[in-house]
Amino acid sequence: MSKTLFDKIWDAHVVSTVENGPTQLYIDRHFCHEVTSPQAFNGLRARGLKVFRPELTTMTADHNTPTIDQDKPVKDPISRNQLDTFAKNAAEFNMPLYYPLGHDKNGVVHIIGPENGFTQPGMTIVCGDSHTSTHGAFGTIAFGIGTSEVEMVLATQCVLQTRPKTMRINYNGKLGAGVSAKDLALFTIAKLTTGGATGYFVEYAGEAIRNMTMEERMTVCNLSIEMGARGGMIAPDETTFNYVKGREFAPKGAEWDEKLAYWKTLKSDEGAKFDLELDFDAADIQPMITYGTNPGMGMGIQESIPTLDQIDEAGRISFQKSLDYMGFQPGEQLLGKSIDYVFLGSCTNGRIEDFRIFANYVKGKKKADNVVVWLVPGSWGVEKQIREEGLLDIFTDAGFLLRQPGCSACLAMNDDKVPAGKYAVSTSNRNFEGRQGPGARTILAGPLVAAAAAITGKITDPRV
Amino acid sequence: MEKFGTLTSTVVPLPIENVDTDQIIPARFLKATNKDGFGDNLFADWRYNKDGSPKADFILNNPVFGGSILVAGKNFGSGSSREHAAWAIDGYGFKVVVSSFFADIFKNNALNNGVLPVVVSAEFLAEIFDGANKDPKLTLTVDLENQTISNNANGKSESFEINAYKKECLLKGLDDIDYLLSKRELIEAYEASRK
Repeated sequence: MSKTLFDKIWDAHVVSTVENGPTQLYIDRHFCHEVTSPQAFNGLRARGLKVFRPELTTMTADHNTPTIDQDKPVKDPISRNQLDTFAKNAAEFNMPLYYPLGHDKNGVVHIIGPENGFTQPGMTIVCGDSHTSTHGAFGTIAFGIGTSEVEMVLATQCVLQTRPKTMRINYNGKLGAGVSAKDLALFTIAKLTTGGATGYFVEYAGEAIRNMTMEERMTVCNLSIEMGARGGMIAPDETTFNYVKGREFAPKGAEWDEKLAYWKTLKSDEGAKFDLELDFDAADIQPMITYGTNPGMGMGIQESIPTLDQIDEAGRISFQKSLDYMGFQPGEQLLGKSIDYVFLGSCTNGRIEDFRIFANYVKGKKKADNVVVWLVPGSWGVEKQIREEGLLDIFTDAGFLLRQPGCSACLAMNDDKVPAGKYAVSTSNRNFEGRQGPGARTILAGPLVAAAAAITGKITDPRV
Repeated sequence: MEKFGTLTSTVVPLPIENVDTDQIIPARFLKATNKDGFGDNLFADWRYNKDGSPKADFILNNPVFGGSILVAGKNFGSGSSREHAAWAIDGYGFKVVVSSFFADIFKNNALNNGVLPVVVSAEFLAEIFDGANKDPKLTLTVDLENQTISNNANGKSESFEINAYKKECLLKGLDDIDYLLSKRELIEAYEASRK
């Protein structure tokens, strides 16, 4: 029988099925960070349990960490306590893959995973973080879990999951010049809405996806959760294999050959049935920005915010509340609007390619005086590459500073907070109220739109 | 985990759609290393002014409304996987959240903490909002055993879906870890089969 990519990986990881209930799914790789894990380790202690397979968990501190002076003690005592707790848990439970602040493998969990070869095709991957869907770019079943489930994985290397429905989204043709993976994702979320893929696992396919680098594919899969999907995935191909090969934790020698042969079978069979299949024309996608307070409230950069009569009656209160928060009017065009902050980074757009795109645009130009710009690499690996490729010199010449790795202003748990009422063009994943600081107003965009905003101080179409 | 049976309560209506987990519990409150105290910061940015004083126009600060059932607009709990959102709702004293649609991860997290997410039709939801608006003493009855929810103001009832396994867990106060720990041999056999 024809199987989807999702079916193949899911079926290979079923340990048992609860009668009339969920599936017990074996997890190949567990990523763990300081914010959603302490209560899970407490749970193990309370039950007198050890970690079942410590070598299958990779730990990095990223959410609640500063992006300057990482060599100095963390100022905020509550943040410091959380980081110390993370360290204590790693030591007490003998976790071999622990990357604290200052470690050369430290960085945003969804960046260091692929970068070090932990993420490999065909795996099941979980993390107490909704953007775990990022790893689906390698042809994995990767999804975010809650802390109770983190405890389950630590204790048994399994979770209980209801099998989701499957959706395939095909992007036919090529993306236009100046249109990025982020734009493709924001376009899709705007079409499906923020809950439109809830209950589904999405496979992204088609020419526009095939043409993408691994970094771009990770951006697309990363944002799957923003339309409610359990996760997103892309069938592995030569691009994938070339990326994984030679990385520290990737298979080597005969094991590589054996794995590679298996990985090549990981694609949806001809005639495989999806619960839902959608088609988009890649040429229809424009550089995108968001105007509201969820990632589904996005539009082409040249377009105008919908008017009230274009919104379903039941949704009008929420729509108006959202625009009031943003300080925008229904029907307004945002092109040329003055902004205050720009953030390049996060698990969505904190990879080397994002910095290349940004650098390519700002080269030989000067940062706008009215804008504060945070350039935050996703990992020390990315930071090193930025230096090696000479991008740091371009940033410095244009008046930008490079910060140290972490989640930073994506969720503003550290000091990288956008002040109340200020506008930030952000390459992160969420424009929720207060996400980048209480009262902060977030406009989500790709790295190229962010670069243009950093230079002009305004919302600017980078193609013009 | 506490056992869940039948609950009759007044409601707190929050007719906002797409309430994300950053609103339920903002990220700056996620620095704790235990599960206590999150209820005090439930909906913190909607509930308190900058100086910590309550915002009079937010529903949790309206003494007319109360009870252990939160009723919210569609797509409740979208966004971050933070279980702190479920801890905040539980910590505040809500045992049931009613909406016409829930985000997946939130739903799992709620169930893993003994908070029951009840999906109702858009019409049923609108009638609760209307009814509570007219009479804040409106009560709902949620019967897990029979999977029914009743609006006691207009006498209408609906049945709701819940996975049979999860229902059993809630009725008996068991959690998934208990179940998984009992499957250790199966897990080791699975690992051996892949070697």
